[in-house]
Amino acid sequence: MDENKEKNIQKELERWENTTVKKVIDKYPLFKKYFRNLSDYDSKALYTPLDIMDLNYLKDLGFPGEYPFTRHVQPTAYRGKLWTMRQFAGMASADETNRRFKYLIENGLTGLSVAFHLPTIYGYESCDSMSTGEVGKIGVAIDTVEDMEKLFAGIDLSKISTSMTINAPASILLSMYLVVGEKQGVPSEKLTGTVQNDILKEYIAQKSYIFPPEPSMRLIIDTIEYCTKHVPKWNTISISGYHIREAGSTAVQELAFTLADGFAYVEAGIERGLDVDAFAPRLSFFFNAHNDFFEEIAKYRAARRIWAKRMKNKYGAKNPDSWKLRFHTQTAGVSLTAQEPENNIVRVTLQALAAVLGGTQSLHTNSFDEALCLPTEKAVRIALRTQQIIAHESGATNTIDPLAGSYYVEALTDEMERQAEEYFKKIEELGGVIPAIRQNFFQREIARAAYRYQKEVEAKERIIVGVNKYVTESERPEILYIDEKVEEEQCERLENTKKNRDSEKTTKALSILKQKARTEENLIPFILDCVRAYASIGEIIGALKEVWGTYREDAIF
Amino acid sequence: MSNERKIRVIVAKPGLDGHDRGAKVVAHGLKDAGFEVIYTGLHQTPEDIVQSVIQEDPDALLLSLLSGAHNKLFTAITKQLEEQGIDDVLVIGGGIIPDQDIPHLKKHGVEEIFGPGTEIDEIVEYVKTHLKR
Repeated sequence: MDENKEKNIQKELERWENTTVKKVIDKYPLFKKYFRNLSDYDSKALYTPLDIMDLNYLKDLGFPGEYPFTRHVQPTAYRGKLWTMRQFAGMASADETNRRFKYLIENGLTGLSVAFHLPTIYGYESCDSMSTGEVGKIGVAIDTVEDMEKLFAGIDLSKISTSMTINAPASILLSMYLVVGEKQGVPSEKLTGTVQNDILKEYIAQKSYIFPPEPSMRLIIDTIEYCTKHVPKWNTISISGYHIREAGSTAVQELAFTLADGFAYVEAGIERGLDVDAFAPRLSFFFNAHNDFFEEIAKYRAARRIWAKRMKNKYGAKNPDSWKLRFHTQTAGVSLTAQEPENNIVRVTLQALAAVLGGTQSLHTNSFDEALCLPTEKAVRIALRTQQIIAHESGATNTIDPLAGSYYVEALTDEMERQAEEYFKKIEELGGVIPAIRQNFFQREIARAAYRYQKEVEAKERIIVGVNKYVTESERPEILYIDEKVEEEQCERLENTKKNRDSEKTTKALSILKQKARTEENLIPFILDCVRAYASIGEIIGALKEVWGTYREDAIF
Repeated sequence: MSNERKIRVIVAKPGLDGHDRGAKVVAHGLKDAGFEVIYTGLHQTPEDIVQSVIQEDPDALLLSLLSGAHNKLFTAITKQLEEQGIDDVLVIGGGIIPDQDIPHLKKHGVEEIFGPGTEIDEIVEYVKTHLKR
C-alpha cells in the first residue's frame, strides 16, 4: 500500500474515533472495558488495512495446496472432498462398541475413532487391581487381539480409516490393528488411519504416561520407522493440542506447545537417522475447537503457516507433503455445561463451524450430554447431524478459506504466530520439550491459565450461559449408564483367552520382547509377535516396565 | 493476625483418571481462601489416599474423579477410613458423577458431590460449615 493511502486511513481512523465514536460513547458507554478472547488478547473495536500493512499475500498466504498452506492444505479443499466425519466412540465391551460403530456408519460416519477405557490406556489388564471401577467406563475394554477382532467384526478395514486415541501403548494397539487386518486379509500397506501416539502431551496435559520420556520417545520413533516401511498410509502420530487445551491452556499455548511437540518428534526422527521427507508426511495434528470463534480460526491458519515454514527452512524438508499440517479437530469438551445441556448443541455448532472455516481435515463434534456421561445414541446422532448440516446446508464449504483477507482474522493469525514464536524461544531456553516437562514448565503454564479462567468465570468477567448468567433449574436428560457388570464379564473373557492360547508361545514372545527392549532394535516386529500370541496389553506393557521402569510426575497445582 | 488454625485439606485423585484440571483449580482456590492444601497428585490407589489421610491428618478429604470409577473407588476409600477408625474427616467428591449414583455415595460416607459448573466459593463454604471436628 502506498504511504499516502496509509496516512489517509490513519487520519480518517483517528477522525472517526474522535468524532463519530466519541459522540456515541459519551452518551452510551461501552458495557465492558476489555473485549478479550480466550488467550487474553484484547481485541480492538475495529480492524482496518493498517493492521495488515505487512501482510504479503504471496509470501504469507499463498494459494490452497501450496506453501505456506495458510489457506488450506488441499488445492480444492471441501469442494473436492469434505472433511472426514469421525465421531470418537467406545464404551463397555468390544461387542457393544462394535454396535455403536455400525450405528454411526449407518448414519453417515465416514471414519472410525476408537475410545479405549483407562486400563487399556495405562497398559493394565481389566482384572488388575488398578483397573477397579474403570473397566469399560470411558471407552472400550481391549485386553487382547481377540477383543480387537470383535471390535471390528463385520467392518472392512480396507474400506474405512480408523483413528485410535492411544498413546503410551500405541505401538501395541497398532500391532493389534495390523493383526486384525491380517486376519481379515487386508495387507498392512492398505490400512489407513491414525494412532495418537503423542506421548509428549501426556506428560504435559493428559497424564496417561507409563514409561519415562526417553524410552517412550524410542517407542514412538520405532512406530514411525516401522510404518514408513510397512504401513505407508498410516498417520504415525496425531500431535495433539486438544488435551493441552482441555487441561486449561489458552489457544496460544495450545498452538505453541503442540507445534513444539511436533518439532521434537521431527528432531527425534532425524536423530534416529530417518530422512525427514520419508516420515514427516505421515505426521498429523489434532486441535481443539473452543468458544472464541475467530481466535480458533486464526489458530488453525497460524498453525499451518508456522509448520510449513519450519519444516522447510529449519528441518530442510523438500517434499511439499512434509510441509503440510493436516489436522483433526474436536470441539471443546470442557466448554460443555451440565446446566441446560441442550445449549451445548449450539456451542458445538459454533465450534464445529470454526473448525471448518479453519480448514480441518477431520472433525469430531461432541454430544450435548457429555458433561454428564458418555453420549447416548440420540445425542451422538445430533452431533453427527451438526457436521452434516454445516457440510451440506450452511454454504461454508463453497469457497476456500473464506475469512482470508479479513483485517481481523489476518491480524489475529499474525499475532498468534508471533506469540507462539515467543513460546518456542522460551522452550528452547529451557533445553527443549523434555527438559521443560521435567521442569514443570508446561504444567505450570496450563494450571495458571486454568485457574485464571475459573476466577474470571466466577467474577462474571466471562459469561457462561446457564452457568453464571441466565441460570434456571434445568431438567437432566436421559443418560448412558455403564453397568458395573462389564468388569466381571471382561475379566472372564480375558481368562478364557488365556486358557485357550498356546501359553508357551506367549511366554516366549514376551521374553524376546524384553530382551530386545534392552537393545536398540526396532521393537514393533516383536510386539506384533506378542500380539499374535494373544499376550494381553497388561503383559506386554508389564514386560517393558521391567526394563524401562515407570514415570511419576511432581504433584504441583 | 488470627491464631486460628488453618483448615487442612487433602485434594486427591484416585484411580487412573488423568483429568486434573478441576482438582488443581480447586486446590489452588482453597489455598487462596486460606486453607492448607495437600495435593496427592495422580493415579492414587484407595490405599495410597488412606495412607495420606493417616499421615497428614486433614480436616477434609476432597476426591476428584471424572472416569466413572467413583462408585467403587470413593466407597473403597470411605470403607478403609472407617476400618482405620477415622470418622472425623469430612469426605466430599467432585467430577462427572451421574445423579443416580449420588444416594449410593452419600450412604457410604461421601457427604456431598460437586459437579461441573461448581464455583470454588461453594466448596469453601461447604467445607467450612461441615467440618466434623
